[in-house]
Amino acid sequence: MIDYLRDWFWTYVWKPLPELAIGDWMESAIRWARATWAPFFTGIKDFLEFLYSNLADALLWLPSGLMVLVFAAVAFAAKGWKLGLGMGAGMFVVAWMPYWEETMETLAMVIVSALIATIIAVPLGILASENRTVSTLTRPALDFMQTLPAFVYLLPVVMLFRVGVVPGIIATIIFCMPPGVRFTELGLRQVDKEVVEAGQAFGASPASILARIKLPLALPTIMAGLNQVIMLALSMVVIAGLVGGGGLGEIITNSLSRVDLASGFNAGLAVVFLAVFLDRVTQGLSDRTPVARAALLTQ
Amino acid sequence: MPAIAVESLYKVFGKGAQKAVLQLQDGVPREALNARNVTAAVIDHNWQIEAGEIFVVMGLSGSGKSTLIRMLNGLIKPTAGKIFIDGVDLGALSPRDLRRLRREKISMVFQHFALLPHRTVVENVAFGLEIKGLSKAERLERAREAVELVGLTGHEDKLPAQLSGGMKQRVGLARALAADTEILLMDEAFSALDPLIRQEMQDQLLDLQGKLAKTIVFITHDLNEAMRIGDRIAVCDGEVKQLGTAEDLLLHPADDYVAEFTADVDRSRVLTAEAVMEPCGATDTSEFTTVESGVPVNELYEPVLNSKAPLLVVDDNDDPLGVVTPRSILKSLAPEPDTEPQAEPDPEPGTDRGAEEERQPA
Repeated sequence: MIDYLRDWFWTYVWKPLPELAIGDWMESAIRWARATWAPFFTGIKDFLEFLYSNLADALLWLPSGLMVLVFAAVAFAAKGWKLGLGMGAGMFVVAWMPYWEETMETLAMVIVSALIATIIAVPLGILASENRTVSTLTRPALDFMQTLPAFVYLLPVVMLFRVGVVPGIIATIIFCMPPGVRFTELGLRQVDKEVVEAGQAFGASPASILARIKLPLALPTIMAGLNQVIMLALSMVVIAGLVGGGGLGEIITNSLSRVDLASGFNAGLAVVFLAVFLDRVTQGLSDRTPVARAALLTQ
Repeated sequence: MPAIAVESLYKVFGKGAQKAVLQLQDGVPREALNARNVTAAVIDHNWQIEAGEIFVVMGLSGSGKSTLIRMLNGLIKPTAGKIFIDGVDLGALSPRDLRRLRREKISMVFQHFALLPHRTVVENVAFGLEIKGLSKAERLERAREAVELVGLTGHEDKLPAQLSGGMKQRVGLARALAADTEILLMDEAFSALDPLIRQEMQDQLLDLQGKLAKTIVFITHDLNEAMRIGDRIAVCDGEVKQLGTAEDLLLHPADDYVAEFTADVDRSRVLTAEAVMEPCGATDTSEFTTVESGVPVNELYEPVLNSKAPLLVVDDNDDPLGVVTPRSILKSLAPEPDTEPQAEPDPEPGTDRGAEEERQPA
C-alpha cells in the first residue's frame, strides 16, 4: 500500500513538475545582459585593464633586485626595522627565483581588486551598521558571495568579459569583498554605546558622530577586515589563472595540467611569500591606528 | 522660570506603550505591566528645578533614573508628558534644534566616563567645543582652563588609558564644564569610583558648584551621596516616591520605601542643629554657648560635651531658635518613627509642652 502511494506520488505529482533550472535563467540573463549592455562591459573592461597594466608596469619598472629594497622599505614603514628586514629577505628569495614578473602581475591584480572591493565594502558596511534593513538584505548576499564555489564565479564573468586579466579581477572583487563589509559593520556596531551617547549628548550630528567617534574607534576592526580582503584576493587571483588571468595563477594552473612540479612549486612559494608580505604589512598598519596605539601604550 | 520642568512625564518600554500609559494613569500598578513585557521606567513625574540647584534623582537600578536623565536632553523620547528646558518644550523641537539646544544648554557626565580612547585629555575635554565649531586654538585654550578647574593640570597630553578612574571622571567633568552650558546632567557619575575617590569627587563638585552655580541633575543609587550633594532629592521607583530636602526624607519619610532607604543613612551628617533642637523659652543669648542653625549634628558632639548647659541654636541674626542637649542629639539619631514628633523642628519656639520637657534632663 505504502509502496503504491509512493509510486503514485512520484508518477502523478512529482515527475510531471518541470525542473527548477535557476542556472538556465541565470545563463539567459547573462546572455541578455551581454547583448544589451555590451558597451558598458567594454567600458569596465577598459578601465580595469588600464588600472592593472599601469600598476603592473610601475611594479616592474625597477629591476627586481632594487624593487626588493622598496618592499623592505614598505614593511619598515608599516611596522619597524625587524619586519623590514624579514620581508626584504623574503622578497629577495622571490626575486632570485624564476617568476618575479608574474609575482608582480599577481600583486598588481591583488592591489586593484582589493582596492575596488574596499571602496565598495566600507561604505556598504557603514550603511549596514546604520540601517537594519540594509543589514538584513546584505547578509544573505554576502553569504552567497562567500560560499558559491570560486570556480563558478568565473563562468558568468568570462561570458561577459571574455578571457584575460579582467574577468579574474572582477571575480576576485566579488569574492574578497564580504569580509570588508562584515568587519566594517561589526566594528561600527561594537563601538561603546556610551561614547556614542556622549557624542549625541554634546549635540553632534550623526555624520559628525560617525567621523569623530565611530570610525576612529572601529578602525582597528575595519583594518582587520581589509587584511582578510587582501588575503582572499590573493587566493582568488591564483584561481583566476584558469581563465587566462596571467601572473602566478597561470603558471600554477599550467603546471597542474602538465604535472610540472618544479615550476608549480616555484610559483606556489612566490604566492606564500607574497601572502606573508601582504598580511604582515596590513597588520602592521592596523596596529598603527590611533586607537590600537592607545591600547598598546597601556599594556 | 524653572531651568527644567517636567509635566506628567511617562516612559514605557515595550509594545503598546501608549496603552500602558493610560492604564498607569488609571491606577494599574507598575508590576502588573511587567507581566506583558511592558516596562514602565518613568511614571508620572511632575517637578521643576530652579537654576543653580543640585537636584538628585535617587533610586535603585531599574528605577528608571537613567531613562529619566536621558529624556532631559532628548536622547530618549518620552512616551507621554512634556519636558521644558528654560521654558522650551523639548518635544516640539526638530532634531537639528534639539542638537543645538544640547550644544548650548545641556552637557552630560557619564557613569563609565565615555571618553575617546585615542584622544588626549585636553582633546577629549575640547570635544564639546569642537562640536560647537570653535577654532582649534580657542577650543584647546578653553579646554586647558577646564582641565585646570578640575585639578588635572600636568596631565593634559596623557591618554585616558593612562589615568586612574577618578582622573578619567575629572576629564568627563571637565569636558562637560568646558562646553559652558547652564545645565549639567550627571548619570551615576561617581558610582564607578572607589569610596574615597568618590567622596573626593563629591567635595570637588560642591566646590565647583560654589563657583559656577550650574543647574545640576545628579543621578545616584547611593542615598549618602544624594544627601551629601543634593539641594533636593527625588526618591524614585518608576514614580517619584518622595521629593524633598535631605532632612525631609530623614524626618518625614513619605512611605516605607523611603524609610527603608533612609534607615542606613548617616543621620548625623545630614541633620542640622535646627532639625534636632528642642524648643526653649525666650533666653538671654549671652549665657549659652551658641551654634548656628545649619551646623550638622556630627559637628555638635564636642560643643555639647564641653558645655554644661544646653547649646543654644541661633539663626543668622543671633536670635535664639532652640536648644540642643545630648538627649536631643541621641533622639535624633535613632530612626524610629515615634521619635519624630519631638525631633520635628517646631515653628514656634517656646511652646509650653516643649519647654517643660526640656527642663527635666537639663
